[in-house]
Amino acid sequence: MAIIRDMIPSFDLFQPTELDATLALLAEHGDDAWIIAGGLDSYDWLKDRIKRPTAVVDIGGVAELNGVNDAEGGGLDIGAMTTLTDLVRDRRVGASYALLAEAAGHVATPQIRHQGTIGGNLAQDTRCWYYRSGWPCYRAEGNTCYASSSQSMNREHCIMGRSRCVAVNPSDTAPALIALDAKLTVLREGRGEPKAEIYDAEDFFIGPATDITRMTVMRPGDLLSAIHLPDYWAGATHYYEKVRDRNSWDFSLVTVAAAFKVSDGVIRDARISVNGVAPFPVRATAAERIATDTGGGEAVATEAGEAAVAGARALRHNDFKIPLMRNLVRRAVRSAV
Amino acid sequence: MAEKLIGKDISPPDLVAKITGRARYAEDFRPPNLAFLKLLLSPMPHGRVRSVDTSRAERLPGFLGVLRADEVPQREGPREAALTDEPRYEGEPVLGVAAETEEIAAEAIELIEVEFESLPWVVDPLDSLRPGGPNAYLDGNRFTEDGWTDFKWSAEDFDRIDSGEFPESAEGLSEWSKGDTEAAFAESDLILTETVVHQSVTHHPMEPRSNMAYWENGRLHAHVSTQSAQRTKFSLAGQLDMEPEDVVLVAEYCGGGFGSKIAGTNVMILPALMSRKIGRPVMHRVTRYEETSYGRARPGFQGWVRMGFLASGKCNALDLLLVEEGGAYGSGDNGTAGMVADLVYTPRNMRFRAVSPYTNTSPKTAQRGPGGAQIVAMLEPILEKAARELDVDRLAIRRINAPGPDVRFGPRDTALTSVFAKEALDRGAELFDWEAKAALSGTRDGSRVTGVGIGLSPYTAGSRGFDGLLLIRPDGRLYVHQGIGNLGTHSIADTARPAAEVLGLDWDQVEIVWGDTSRGVPRSSVQAGSQTTHAHTRANHAAAIDARDKIRRIAAGALGGSPGQYVLDGGRVSGPGGSMSFAEVATRAVRLGGAFDGSELPENIHATTVPAAASLAGEGLMGVARDEYGGEGSIYSWVAGFAQVEVDHETGAIHLKEYVGVADCGTVLHPRSLGAQVLGGSIQGMGMATLQRWVFDPRYGMPFAKRLYTARPPGMLDVPLDLKWDAVDEPDPQTPVGAKGIGEPPVGAGAAALACAVADAIGGRCLCRTPLTPDLILAELEGRASPFGPLDQHVG
Repeated sequence: MAIIRDMIPSFDLFQPTELDATLALLAEHGDDAWIIAGGLDSYDWLKDRIKRPTAVVDIGGVAELNGVNDAEGGGLDIGAMTTLTDLVRDRRVGASYALLAEAAGHVATPQIRHQGTIGGNLAQDTRCWYYRSGWPCYRAEGNTCYASSSQSMNREHCIMGRSRCVAVNPSDTAPALIALDAKLTVLREGRGEPKAEIYDAEDFFIGPATDITRMTVMRPGDLLSAIHLPDYWAGATHYYEKVRDRNSWDFSLVTVAAAFKVSDGVIRDARISVNGVAPFPVRATAAERIATDTGGGEAVATEAGEAAVAGARALRHNDFKIPLMRNLVRRAVRSAV
Repeated sequence: MAEKLIGKDISPPDLVAKITGRARYAEDFRPPNLAFLKLLLSPMPHGRVRSVDTSRAERLPGFLGVLRADEVPQREGPREAALTDEPRYEGEPVLGVAAETEEIAAEAIELIEVEFESLPWVVDPLDSLRPGGPNAYLDGNRFTEDGWTDFKWSAEDFDRIDSGEFPESAEGLSEWSKGDTEAAFAESDLILTETVVHQSVTHHPMEPRSNMAYWENGRLHAHVSTQSAQRTKFSLAGQLDMEPEDVVLVAEYCGGGFGSKIAGTNVMILPALMSRKIGRPVMHRVTRYEETSYGRARPGFQGWVRMGFLASGKCNALDLLLVEEGGAYGSGDNGTAGMVADLVYTPRNMRFRAVSPYTNTSPKTAQRGPGGAQIVAMLEPILEKAARELDVDRLAIRRINAPGPDVRFGPRDTALTSVFAKEALDRGAELFDWEAKAALSGTRDGSRVTGVGIGLSPYTAGSRGFDGLLLIRPDGRLYVHQGIGNLGTHSIADTARPAAEVLGLDWDQVEIVWGDTSRGVPRSSVQAGSQTTHAHTRANHAAAIDARDKIRRIAAGALGGSPGQYVLDGGRVSGPGGSMSFAEVATRAVRLGGAFDGSELPENIHATTVPAAASLAGEGLMGVARDEYGGEGSIYSWVAGFAQVEVDHETGAIHLKEYVGVADCGTVLHPRSLGAQVLGGSIQGMGMATLQRWVFDPRYGMPFAKRLYTARPPGMLDVPLDLKWDAVDEPDPQTPVGAKGIGEPPVGAGAAALACAVADAIGGRCLCRTPLTPDLILAELEGRASPFGPLDQHVG
C-alpha cells in the first residue's frame, strides 16, 4: 500500500451532547472509536492516515464537560473540554492557580489555544517524529525504537524513564497540574453504569514500562472528564518556564512547573514537576525534599537542581537536556523565596 | 525627474484583495467538471520502480486516470522530471492519479501497489567524497558532458578532516584564485582557521506550489503559483514542447516563492498533461507536507575557512573550501558564495575551491540570497573573532574591509555600478547607537548576557535589457502592462511608478495590468535575484519616454509648435498651441495608427514582446521600448544589520532585543514596501541562523521537519515589534531611476548580525554553524560535548 499524507480518510462522525450517550458510543465502538476534543493532536494523526479510526466521537457538544466551577469543599473543578484560552482568561484560575494559567498560555499559538482543550493537552500523544511519521516502532506495536540508535535524531527525546521507547510527553499543562496536585476524573463504562475513577495528576501519566502504546492511564472507551484543583495549593508561590527553540508554536525542550508554600521566608512545602525529559512528566521529589523547610537560596537551589537530574542518561544528541533540566529546577527553587 | 511618486508610499493595486481574502490564487480557480490530481511519492531516498499495479485503484468509483513517468518529458543525466521511475530522494513524485475528488485520489494512491528496488544513497555530501563512499546516482556523483564519474577526496584529505584540520590539498571542482594567497598569509598578523557548517533549509512559501490547468481548442490555460509570469509562460510552453502563444498563464497572486518558484515549478506541467489525458480540467492542490516533500531547499555548506588579517584589521588573505550539498539534481550556490566573500572582505589574495556532490535529498535551488546569505552568515562571526583578537572595533573592521566604488571582485574582476556599503554601515551604526550598544557587550542581568553583532550582506540587484509596454487608452488613463510576476513584493506597482512619473501622472491615473499573459505583457526578467526593481524601472522608463515622445508629437501636430515645447502634467499635454487631454491624445493616436498606436513596432524589442504588443495595437497610444540604457559592472545592493541579543546562560535561549537594518539599494521607490523587504528578509535570515532546520535521519536517509512546526520558520514572537530600518537612498548612477533591488541582501544581514550577537553574548565564541539552537549554546556554555559533530549536516 502506497503512503499518502495530508488527506483525512472518511469515518463515521458522532457528535453526542450528553455524557451518558458519549460513554455509550465509546463502549459500542470499542477500539475503533476515537475521541476528538480540540482535534489538534487527532487531526495530525488522521490526516497522515496513520491512525485509522472508523468512529470519531466529537465531544465538543457535551456541555457538562466544559467550564470552570468552584468545587465543593474548596478548589476548582475544570471541565476537560475547557479551552486553553478560557483557562488563561479565567479570573479564578488566574487568581488562585496562576501556574496553570501560565502553563496554558505557553501552549503553541493563540489559534491553537482557542481550539485546544485542557483535556486534549493532557491526553495528547508524543511527538517523537519517528513514531509520528508512521514508522513501526515499539510504541506503534512494532519491534524496535528508531530514536535511540547511535545515529538517531533524538535531541528532543528523553534523558530518563526510558523503557524501549525514548519519546517524551509534550504537554505544557501536565507539569503544572502535577505541581498543583490536581485530581483527574476518568469516566468509563462499567457493566452498563458509568464509573468514575480519580487519579492524582502524576499517576495519570504512564511510562512505556507500564504500557508502551499509551501515554496515560486511559484505555479505549475511557473519557477524561474533569480536573480538580485542590484548595491546598490555591495561591501558592509558583514558577513555570518552558524552554523551546522558537517562541510560538513549538513543543518544549524542557519545561519546569513548581508550586511552593512559603511563609516567613521558609519553603514549607514544594511540588516540582518537569516535562520534556521522560516519556511522562516527572516529579522532582528529591529536589522538593531538598527545598522544603529551607529558606531557599542559591546553595539549596543548586543542590535541588543536581538532585533532579541524578540518574539522567543522555542519548546521542540530547545531553544538553541534563544541564537544562538541572538549571530549570534550580531556577524554580531559587525563585521560591 | 519631478518626483511626484518616487519615494512616496502608495497602496498597491493588489492590497485590498489580499487583506480581504478576495485575491484568487491558483488553487482558488474551480472550473466546471474539475478533477483532482494527487501524487504518489517515493518512500525511500533512492529507488527504482520494479512494478506498478493500479488495478485496485482503477476499480475505485471516481477514479479517472493515472499518469506515469513515461508520459512526461524525461532528460538524460541528473536532470529532474516531473515524475520518475527512479526517485532520487524521499518524497519525489513517482506517478499521479486523477479522481473526482482529492479524497478519492488519495484513496486510489493508497490502493496502488508499487514495488521499489532500494538503491544505494547518500544524504551527507561529505560521505559521498570519502574514498569508497556512496554516490547519489548508480553511475557516480559527478556529471559532465562526458558522462558520470566517481569524484572522491583522498584518504589523506579525510585523515585531516577527521582530525579537525583544514584539508589543504582537497580538490575542488570549481576553483579560482587571485593574488598570492600563501605569500599573503605569511604577511598576516593573525590567521584564523575554522570549520564551518551552514544548514540547508526549505523555502516554506505560505502558498504551496499548487496549479490548475485545462485545454480549450488546443490552447492551454494554466493557473500557476509562480514568482514570474511572462517567463513562466515560456517555461511552461518549453517543458510541454508547445508554441508559447498557445499557452495562457494566469498568475495574479503568488503567496511567496523565495526562489523556489522562479519560472514556475517542476510539477506545473502535471495538471496540463493529466488534463489532456482525461479531457477535464485538473487541479493539483499541494499540501504542506507535499510542499516540503517536492518543494525545494537552500543547499547547505560544510567548509573550511582560513582568513588572514593585518594588525589594522584588514583581511589580506582568504582561503575558502566549500562542500555544497548538491541535492538530487545539483546546485550552484557556491559560485556566488565565493564572489560575495571576495566582495565583502576585499582580501586581494584569495583561493576558492568548492565541490557540490549530488545527494539523495530534496532538490536544491536558489533561496533568497543564494550563496551570499550562507557565506556572510558563516564568515561574519569569524571577522568579529578577528576584530576581538586584533583589538579592533567590530564596526571599524567592517569599514576597513568593505569595498569602495573602485572594487574589483571575483574570478573575473567584476566591477560594480555603485556601492554605498560603508554609508549603510554608518547609518546603521547611528540608528543602532553602536558605540553605546557595544559597551553593553557581556553585561549580565541575572543569567542573561547581552551581546551585539553586525552583519554586512551584499547581493545582485538588477539586470538590463528588458522591454516595457504601456498604453494610454482613450479613457485617458495609463495602463502599464507588466510581464513580471506578483510574488508579494509590490514590484508590479513600484516598477510602474517611473512611467507615471515620466508622463506626469498622478498614481490614481495609473492602472497596472498583470498576472494574465493573454492581456499582452512584454518580455520580462524572471522575478529572482532581486532583478525586478532595477530591470523594470528601466524598461518602464524607456517605454514611458517613448510614449512621452509620441504624446508631444501628437500635441504639436494637432496644436502647433514643436514637440519639445510640450509638457505633460496631470493627464494633459500643454504647449504653445494649447492643451490636450491624454484621452484626446489616445483617440488621435488610434486614428493616426503606425507607431502611435502600436500598429508598427520598434525593431529592437524582443521577439516575445512583439505578439503581446501587436495584440494591443489600435487600442490607444502605445509606449513600447527596450531598455537600452546600458551600464557597466554588476548591480549589487547591500544591507548592514545590527542586532542586540540576550543569551540566557542557564538555558541557551536567545532573546533578540533590537535589530536595525539599513539598505543601500539606490533610490528609494516605496519606503513602506522597502521596509517590509529589509525587515522581512532579515527575519528570514535570523530564522535560518537560529531556528529553522531540515533534519535527515542518517541511517535511513529520510527527512523530518516536513511540518511547519517541526521545521520552525521564525514567527512574530521571535522578534521585537520595533525592528528598525532605513536606507542610504543614494541613486545608482547607471540607471535612470537610480533604484536597485533589495529582496536578497537582508537575509544574510539578519543571519550574520544575529550569529555575531550570539557569539558576542557567549564570550566571543564562534560556534561556526547554523542553526544556533539552545542545545548547542548551552553545551558550549556548560563545557559539555556538543550535541553535533563539527561537520554534521541536517541536524538541529
